[in-house]
Amino acid sequence: MAEIAEGGSGGGHKGGKKRAKKLSTRVDMTPMVDLAFLLLTFFVLTATFSKPKTMELTFPAPPPPDQKPDEIKKGITFLLTKDDRIFYYEGEFRAEANDKGPKTEIQELDFSQDSQKSLHKYLLEKNKPMHEQISALKAKHDNNQLADSTFKRLVKERKADKESYTFLIKTDDQATYKNVIDVIDELNVNVVGKYVMVDIMKSEMDLVLEKTANN
Amino acid sequence: MSKKPSKGGAPALDMTPMVDLAFLLVTFFMLTASFRMAEPVSVDPPSSIGQVDLPDNHLMVTIDEKGRAFFGISNSTAKMAALREMSKRYNVPFTDQQIVKFSGLPSIGVDLKDLPRYIDAGEEERKNFQPQRGIPMDTITPNNQLKDWINFGGSEAVKTYEAAKQKAKETNSEFKAEKPRYAIKCDAGTKYMNVKGVVKTFTDLKIYQFNLITSLEGGGTVIEPTK
Repeated sequence: MAEIAEGGSGGGHKGGKKRAKKLSTRVDMTPMVDLAFLLLTFFVLTATFSKPKTMELTFPAPPPPDQKPDEIKKGITFLLTKDDRIFYYEGEFRAEANDKGPKTEIQELDFSQDSQKSLHKYLLEKNKPMHEQISALKAKHDNNQLADSTFKRLVKERKADKESYTFLIKTDDQATYKNVIDVIDELNVNVVGKYVMVDIMKSEMDLVLEKTANN
Repeated sequence: MSKKPSKGGAPALDMTPMVDLAFLLVTFFMLTASFRMAEPVSVDPPSSIGQVDLPDNHLMVTIDEKGRAFFGISNSTAKMAALREMSKRYNVPFTDQQIVKFSGLPSIGVDLKDLPRYIDAGEEERKNFQPQRGIPMDTITPNNQLKDWINFGGSEAVKTYEAAKQKAKETNSEFKAEKPRYAIKCDAGTKYMNVKGVVKTFTDLKIYQFNLITSLEGGGTVIEPTK
């Protein structure tokens, strides 16, 4: 390694030692490199590169007391409960059979991707028409046949379609945050237009309890 | 230089480019690094395909596995102003020094009356601070401190934002900041019931839009959900 050249030390007239004509001016850089890399390692390891990612969610504003809640034409309700279990029923809730239909039965789904009763497959099935239409729009958009704003507007229109399903998410006191996020995530993946978090009803909770008590 | 083979030992190596490079990288990382203070609780958010970045200007409520709520404001000016309001509202005096120190703290999860003690505590002491029960959010007794924090914090954050905007307008400079947003960060294992309590607090204040913090999951594309 290069060494620090010794200084002029008062000329050469004293000792009989002969000096090298050219004095090397190189400096030993090893400690500096060590230090630089130490710092580099430190900053690389502590750096937080990406900001946390988030999911935007809008909760419904409570309706004014004198307004009747909107009728949901085609609804599917998810009921989340303990042990990552999820149930669903379609349409209106009926505690007892009446002239509109039989008593509501709840079916179980799960969070896996490929089992028989996976939430993913279920949603894919239910939301197929919208999914296809939006995918077609997206393909057009990717091929630059649609402007950004037009694309967004069309997607929005499709999603607000009255004929499509509205998904209601209800949780009991045992469900975890992860389950809720998973369901919303799955709904987003399947480009579902309308979903909403709703408080669970006592009668629905009883049905869930009945199911979970059995097995 | 001389073409003579060096007499034994290690051959000299010019390290200058390496040092240059190393220091360049050090400088880069030093300047880009944003240090985060240790949060009072570690929270492991569930993963999702959400792609929206957390806005720089935000108010965050963190809920841990036990359902304790923690509150933080990203903007330190708004944070100090919010503490002053809280101090007035609950008759808990704070010194100016404490208020300044508070602006540097990450989210807090203590009752306001314990806050002066919490601020004065050391870094280590703060980790094992008792009682760290989360910010009280009882809805029955009039001690919903979380609601007041959100209320004061929110209005102060908006004020700070407006003031900055006004200033930028006067000096004719570019203004890039965004409006404050509300973020909720929960552990995957948090009971949804607890989250609902916090959401209720927000909706009572007529705040309906949130950013739920999730960790990123690979793959998948999302088309913006309808607002």
